[in-house]
Amino acid sequence: MARRRQPRRIARPTRRARRAPPARPGAPAGTPAPGRAETLEGTVVFRVPFPEQLDDLKGMSPIIVKQPYHIDYVHSFGQDSPFFAGLANRRLLGTRCPRCDYTYATPRLSCMVCGSETDWVDLPKTGRVHTFTTCYFGSEEFLPECPFSLILVEFEGADTLFLARLVGAQPKEIRVGMEVEARFLRNAKFKPTDVYFVPRRP
Amino acid sequence: MALKGMRPVHVVAGGVSKFAKARPDRTFQPIVKEAFDEALQDLGLEFGRANELIDGTVGCYFSDHFMRQLKAATMVQDYLGLCPKPSHRVEGGGATGGLGFQEGWKSVASGLMDVCLVFGWETMSHVQTWKGNEFIALASDVSFDYPVGGFYSGYYAMMVVRHMHEFGTTVEQMAHVSVKNHTNALHNPYAQKRLKLSVADVRAAPMVAYPLTRLDICVMSDGAACVLLASEEGLASIEKAAGRSLPRVVVTGVGRGTDAMRMADRPHGEVILLPHEKPSDYKGLKYPGVHSFRAGRMASKQAYEMAGVKNPIKDLSFVELHDAYTSSEVQTYEDMGLCRYGEGGPFAASGKAFLPGIDYGLRLRGQGTIPVNPSGGLIACGHPVGATGLMQAVFALWQLQGTIPRHFGDAALQVKDARRGAIHSHAGTGTYVTVSILERQD
Ligand SMILES: [Zn+2]
Repeated sequence: MARRRQPRRIARPTRRARRAPPARPGAPAGTPAPGRAETLEGTVVFRVPFPEQLDDLKGMSPIIVKQPYHIDYVHSFGQDSPFFAGLANRRLLGTRCPRCDYTYATPRLSCMVCGSETDWVDLPKTGRVHTFTTCYFGSEEFLPECPFSLILVEFEGADTLFLARLVGAQPKEIRVGMEVEARFLRNAKFKPTDVYFVPRRP
Repeated sequence: MALKGMRPVHVVAGGVSKFAKARPDRTFQPIVKEAFDEALQDLGLEFGRANELIDGTVGCYFSDHFMRQLKAATMVQDYLGLCPKPSHRVEGGGATGGLGFQEGWKSVASGLMDVCLVFGWETMSHVQTWKGNEFIALASDVSFDYPVGGFYSGYYAMMVVRHMHEFGTTVEQMAHVSVKNHTNALHNPYAQKRLKLSVADVRAAPMVAYPLTRLDICVMSDGAACVLLASEEGLASIEKAAGRSLPRVVVTGVGRGTDAMRMADRPHGEVILLPHEKPSDYKGLKYPGVHSFRAGRMASKQAYEMAGVKNPIKDLSFVELHDAYTSSEVQTYEDMGLCRYGEGGPFAASGKAFLPGIDYGLRLRGQGTIPVNPSGGLIACGHPVGATGLMQAVFALWQLQGTIPRHFGDAALQVKDARRGAIHSHAGTGTYVTVSILERQD
């Protein structure tokens, strides 16, 4: 078999795509997309049917090929970088406006109320569930993690909220107003999920 | 309040391609041409004559990711045979079509063009549904929101859980929206999903993100739509070319609003009031929080002021709004002032937004007060993003022309004596919303 990055005349599925596709809404699991030609299964086509009369070409079924696309984005957290450094040091940071005191539980360097530059502050390690959901499906990247619960956390003394995962609670147990506390990944991945929340046990 | 120096803009004709889960039979350009051909056919205008009259275009599509083809709007311009006329592409997330409609309005109202074609499409089937969800979720902050579990249904679920907490909204009230829109679509041949459902069916469907089931959520689609806008002079030339006079449908109001990209950043302040509301209606309500769409309220307020709409439920004949979720239709009733904030759930269950004369299998006290999404909306028609807001404009035009029976081959969805309609196009988690008002003026 040809190496993966080599250009090919006839597209073959990538290793990921060859796995059984996840169920799509309205279609049972494993239903192939309509109109797929055998080329997608890696078959080399030696002879493509061709009519005697060119007029008949308008009735032919479409030729469908796969075009893989992969790219690594070099993403800088820029002015928000201290937040991620904080998580790596088990600190949950927000920002506060020195002029109007507005406090951001998800940091922003510029105050949306008065336009001043904000300062970094420690947020409490405990807060309350402002709202929640449990996702049973998701984007491709997160499908293996389903089901997972998302919460917006409210903190004493903060004017805005923070989006996070809630771990260690059954979906049916989650309530608006429930007390939660922050936990940190031992090995930071420099993602906002380096902090997650668990129900606060008395 | 008419805008100073702006000319009246007529909505002359429109077309909609069949929306489908996938259209492998065509690339995107001919799908747009299907919509364009339909608009010309409706006018009885030959391509050559139309080409002479069209001054330029606005092209609308949301995501370059879905096709991996940049400059795609120029490729459509090219395929339609409209080069070298001027054109510009607009992108406004889920509100791309609504934004394109208003950019077309601007082109004509400002005097830049007499006849402007606005076309829009999306071909979302080129990637797997879950990959598509990922692309859509990239319309959330990729530093703070996307990596936590980027999934729009999850975001909307959190917003409606808060709505339920604040106001006591129930999942059964939300399910009424799904029953209404799917049932309406039984009479709309353009719709992608045409189902007779009960509230129990909606709740029994697989849970996607609590409390939203698959039947609370619109699907991804391939499809296109277009509208032809014209000044008085432009309309006169089209009428001359078509050899007949056309119904007068005019854009009388446009509005847009925005909100913080991250839901977590939304303020908890005061309600932006519409003319028929007073501060005492909302004592103690923190607004918009994550339960309401401030952008939708702002867009409605502007469009209503411009069109002279004082009390929307009385002054509008119908609304086509962006029901990507049953929950967001309920929330949008409130933003658009069809009911007060907090009353969206009971409003949905009251039947006021249902069409009169259709049997929904529900007991509805106020059926037919102000039909919302008589076409079936996004939930049933589909949501090929760049086409969606234009599809609403086309269906609204046909309502105001009284030509729904001819276009749908079924009179059930025609709103009687429709004089004034609103279209509402919505992006992100409510980050960007447009509202336009269309009126019959003869
Ligand atoms: Zn400030």
